[in-house]
Amino acid sequence: MANSRDAGLVKDESVLVTEAKAGSYEAFEDLVNRYEKKIYRLGLNLTGNPEDAEDMLQETFLKAFEHLPTFREDSRFYTWIVRIAINQGLMKLRKRRSSKEVQLDEPSNDDGDIMPREFADWRPNPEQELERTELEAILQDAARSLPMTFRTVFFLRDVEGLSTEETAELLNLSEGAVKARLFRARLRLREELSKTLKIKKDS
Amino acid sequence: MNCRNAIQQICGYLDGNLDEDLKRTLEVHLNGCHHCKAVFDTTRKTVELYCDGKLFVLPTGVRERLHDALRVKWEAQSK
Repeated sequence: MANSRDAGLVKDESVLVTEAKAGSYEAFEDLVNRYEKKIYRLGLNLTGNPEDAEDMLQETFLKAFEHLPTFREDSRFYTWIVRIAINQGLMKLRKRRSSKEVQLDEPSNDDGDIMPREFADWRPNPEQELERTELEAILQDAARSLPMTFRTVFFLRDVEGLSTEETAELLNLSEGAVKARLFRARLRLREELSKTLKIKKDS
Repeated sequence: MNCRNAIQQICGYLDGNLDEDLKRTLEVHLNGCHHCKAVFDTTRKTVELYCDGKLFVLPTGVRERLHDALRVKWEAQSK
């Protein structure tokens, strides 16, 4: 079995999947190394809780390991992993909260006005001005303020880069519903972040 | 174009999905409306901030515990 770290080459994901399916633990570990940080951060943003995020991370890769032989490779490995992670994350939230809040196909009860209330410009480079941990905490707090259905759509579409079609399929929503939720999610997150990141008039 | 119409186009604009006519009309509005311009700029920034996970680091021990759990599972399966 070839060593994926030989010659310092970054192996193609599909090659690693083939090797992992053939029994190479090292290939599987390479796949884990690529995506563990992203899955943990996704978990943190979805659940808002470090313990749940770590559980979600472990359960995702343990499940992926277990079900790897049945992965048909008709999607990217990462998309498959995200699908597992989302299901794990939703289960976590259902255990912790009322089921109403995590029903993804619920008709949006947020049909209120979408017109923004904050119009101030932001500090030009918050990622340079703020401590990394401080900025992450601000981002997570804002994400937590969103209803689960908006939050999930936002992270799948904008952060994980899934298409509208993939997101719709994964969450069992229509494509129109994904677009509508993404629109509201972006505006509401912006509104939340504005509270902290806007340029104060007296500064 | 008024502000309400402009805001409705925010996703289409950010995702590059507007046709040229609509895009031009919107840009004319944005050039003359500081409020909408600020909303557009900060919405774009919102997405950028969440996407930028480069600086994110896993808390101590998370990675080790994950890899330990995976190895235990792998060893159990190889027996």
